[in-house]
Amino acid sequence: MTVIETDQQRVTLDPSVPLLSVQDLSIGTRSAAIVEGVSFDVAAGERSGIVGESGSGKSLTLRAIAGLLPRGVAVQGGRIEYGGSDLLTMSARRRRALMGPEIAMVFQEPMTALNPVMRVGDQIAEGPRRHLGLGKKEAADLAVQMMARTGIPDPARRARAYPHELSGGLRQRIMIAMAVSCGPRLLLCDEPTTALDVTVQLQVLKLLEKLCTDTGTALVFVTHDLAVVNQTCSDVDVMYAGHIVEAGPVAEVFAAPRHPYTRGLLESAPDFDRPDRELVPIPGFPPNVADRGPGCPFAPRCGYVTDHCRTAMPPLATVAPGRLAACFETDRLGDVL
Amino acid sequence: MFDRLRFVPIRLLQSIPVVFGVTIVVFFMVHLLPGNPALVLLGQSATPERVAALNEQLGLNEPLFDQYLRFLGNLVQLDLGQSITYQRPVTELVADAVPITLSLLAYALVLSLVISIPLAAVAASAPGRVRDAAVRAFTLLGQGMPQFWVGIMLILLLGVKAQAFPVGGYGKTPGEHLYYLFLPALTLAIAMSPTTIRSLRASTIAVLGSDHVGTARSKGAAGVPLFRQHVLRNAAIPTVSIIGVNLGYLVGGSLVIEKVFAVPGLGSLMVNAIFARDFPTIQAVALVVALFVVVVGILTDVVYTAIDPRVDLASKERA
Amino acid sequence: MTTTPAPPAVDAVQAEASAQNPAEVTPADAGRPVRSRTLKPWYRNGTLVVGLVITGLLVLTAVFAPLLAPYDPVKQNLQDALQDPSSAHWLGTDKYGRDVLSRLIWGARVDLRIGFLAVLIPFVVGTVVGALAGYFGGWFDTVVMRVVDVFFAFPFYVLVIVLVFVLGAGESSIYLAIAAVSWVAYAKIMRGELLVAKKQDYVVAARLGGMSHGRILLKHIAPNVMSQALIYAMSDIVMDIMAIVTLGYLGLGIAPPTAEWGSMILDGQEFITTQWLQATIPGLAVVVTSLGLSLLGDGLSDHLSPERRK
Repeated sequence: MTVIETDQQRVTLDPSVPLLSVQDLSIGTRSAAIVEGVSFDVAAGERSGIVGESGSGKSLTLRAIAGLLPRGVAVQGGRIEYGGSDLLTMSARRRRALMGPEIAMVFQEPMTALNPVMRVGDQIAEGPRRHLGLGKKEAADLAVQMMARTGIPDPARRARAYPHELSGGLRQRIMIAMAVSCGPRLLLCDEPTTALDVTVQLQVLKLLEKLCTDTGTALVFVTHDLAVVNQTCSDVDVMYAGHIVEAGPVAEVFAAPRHPYTRGLLESAPDFDRPDRELVPIPGFPPNVADRGPGCPFAPRCGYVTDHCRTAMPPLATVAPGRLAACFETDRLGDVL
Repeated sequence: MFDRLRFVPIRLLQSIPVVFGVTIVVFFMVHLLPGNPALVLLGQSATPERVAALNEQLGLNEPLFDQYLRFLGNLVQLDLGQSITYQRPVTELVADAVPITLSLLAYALVLSLVISIPLAAVAASAPGRVRDAAVRAFTLLGQGMPQFWVGIMLILLLGVKAQAFPVGGYGKTPGEHLYYLFLPALTLAIAMSPTTIRSLRASTIAVLGSDHVGTARSKGAAGVPLFRQHVLRNAAIPTVSIIGVNLGYLVGGSLVIEKVFAVPGLGSLMVNAIFARDFPTIQAVALVVALFVVVVGILTDVVYTAIDPRVDLASKERA
Repeated sequence: MTTTPAPPAVDAVQAEASAQNPAEVTPADAGRPVRSRTLKPWYRNGTLVVGLVITGLLVLTAVFAPLLAPYDPVKQNLQDALQDPSSAHWLGTDKYGRDVLSRLIWGARVDLRIGFLAVLIPFVVGTVVGALAGYFGGWFDTVVMRVVDVFFAFPFYVLVIVLVFVLGAGESSIYLAIAAVSWVAYAKIMRGELLVAKKQDYVVAARLGGMSHGRILLKHIAPNVMSQALIYAMSDIVMDIMAIVTLGYLGLGIAPPTAEWGSMILDGQEFITTQWLQATIPGLAVVVTSLGLSLLGDGLSDHLSPERRK
């Protein structure tokens, strides 16, 4: 059992359980389930990616962990355990005390994610003031330090700027500085580089990797971009229509996918190492939330589909050491891409 | 921020044509009438001799344009004429009345914010639920009640029945002023709140759903600190303009309220002048009120600039 | 109003996007094709129906006042003055012995009639001027906007009161005063609408097709923009009724002894300590009237242009 104290005391975590353990999580609205039966673990210091198209439920999963689901959408089942304690049954006050010092989130669009009427230095300092009990000046100094660590030039002057006065790349660095300001053990990233220029993307990714390596912070990285996952993460979960359809180490999954959807993703994505390879898009569209019938959600678009696939839901099962896939026909995908 | 305030002198210059227009309207109000303005002024008690004398006194025999120039000339010297009823310079009467009306309006503004902000916050925190419906019902009712009637009802409930507040007058000391002005200020506040609440509620709902509030929550912020630091200032931005427009409208309403509560401000001055057919005073009050509205407009933009660091009115052209 | 049917992918996107825009998607919407608001028939629009019922009842009361009022509203009867409510006089009598209920009913006639009529001229004049200013632009537009600015500098009541004073109390003065002051709001609204409308594709296409300005304005633009002016007119009627009642209270309205709610409140204020009903009831009548009209206006606004819903 772990002990989770309130503000200002470092939480003691049980080393025998994973840092984050999502178990059979379901999220939905009153009329439809959007995410079903999602389970994965993240160990301390591990870098885990969640890949999927828009609508796969990956963002909602992340937000459920952070407790930031939008109005009308709620967790309908399952557990989210941080250091062994279920975040979903914890008191609101204790959960809020974790947000910042233990768990932090980096959002996709820094222009809208930063408060437009507050100076960026103050926004970074807010967390430490609330959670670490720092005074105004100490927190401001810490904010400047954080900005320096994230590679922002002339941080002391920049701290007094407003978000609209900074470029997109700088804003994202501010967001990252804000997130790591209280030294969290788990960093949740919701497509943090999608809104950035390609050249800036790489810089920000490298920054994230460096910060996590330096502090031993675990990372859960949600994106639709396979290249990003390839670059930054060690493990990956592939989501489709609210389910995890494949999981495993990144290198292995991308080299030899065991789920038709993953294979489809890889075949439809450009690969700069093989520029002549033909891009094969996956036919059809992801299903409407209300249209999910029994059986595998990918069945309507799957090239390996059988009648069995249409009637029964394939469970996420171990298909090789450390590799999971939810497919009845997984053995037919033996070829290396 | 002061750098962004450089629009103020420009805006003042831009207001000059409007101010000119105002003086024209005020001047010509009496000349709109068919017939002789002096007749209008004297009303019932007009004898040919008195009409001729007044014509002479007001220079009504001169060409119209010359009269207007004389009017403007006097205006610049702050000479607004002589009050027919009180036989005192109108400028003095106005100068006495302005601070009273200003304090009434300021009081009303403060009370209105005290009412509106919590109600809007309560409504926005649970849109569509009971407390939201209750607040919206309040705004609907508030907009449907004649201001002066609200004043009378307040007199009835808090003055007559509860004996908690005086039913009229102004008092002598600043403390007494606060006491006497409470009911009229509250009346105006109730009149002003519905539009403020509606606007603030809508913008608060929008802000609560915004990404940056999500970010603040991800840092563990909640409740009053969240509201104060992240929601209120952002939600206030569109509401400031609404309040500014309202304030202008409210000046008109305060005219009537001052009569209801016998407060010796611009409103009472105007209404009494109307019944006494004291035309110079009527003109002067109309002018002062219009100028006040123009100034409020500029002040609103100043507040707007102060709250929102993204705004730069100096580099924008008016639509 | 048509919306293009969304591809099936959009709904999952919508649910995902609700993470960014929670205000837009409600639980009931999830799973359904994205159509912004289904076109409800007017009789299903609760606000509209209630507003219509209240307003309708008031109009009927005003129209059938001679049949509904138990007593003559102006006939004085001094020995019955200032009576409490009784079975003979449901709302009591005023200081001249006149039945309050009858005066209330006849007052509805006055206030409602003037309120509705007073809106007509400003509506027509303001709409036309504003539309022309917005559509043609140029010096006409600049001049109109300056004039509008000057009028906006005067609070509504100040101008109306002064104008009524200048023109002399009475019904026609009220119409003139209100008309002179309110037209500017319509002008400003319609100008704004036209500025947007003239850039729309259908207008450009019509011009390219050789249509005259007049035809474009009347046949193409008008149906699309009139709804905004109409909706504003509803709230304007409420404002006008308020103004009339206020003028009545100030003694600048319809001359006594005609029953009018504002002057009734004035009369009633004298006796606030003893017969407080007299000052209260006419005010309540105004409240009910504005409520009905406001709901009607809101309902119409929802019905005609739901995409502008606050």
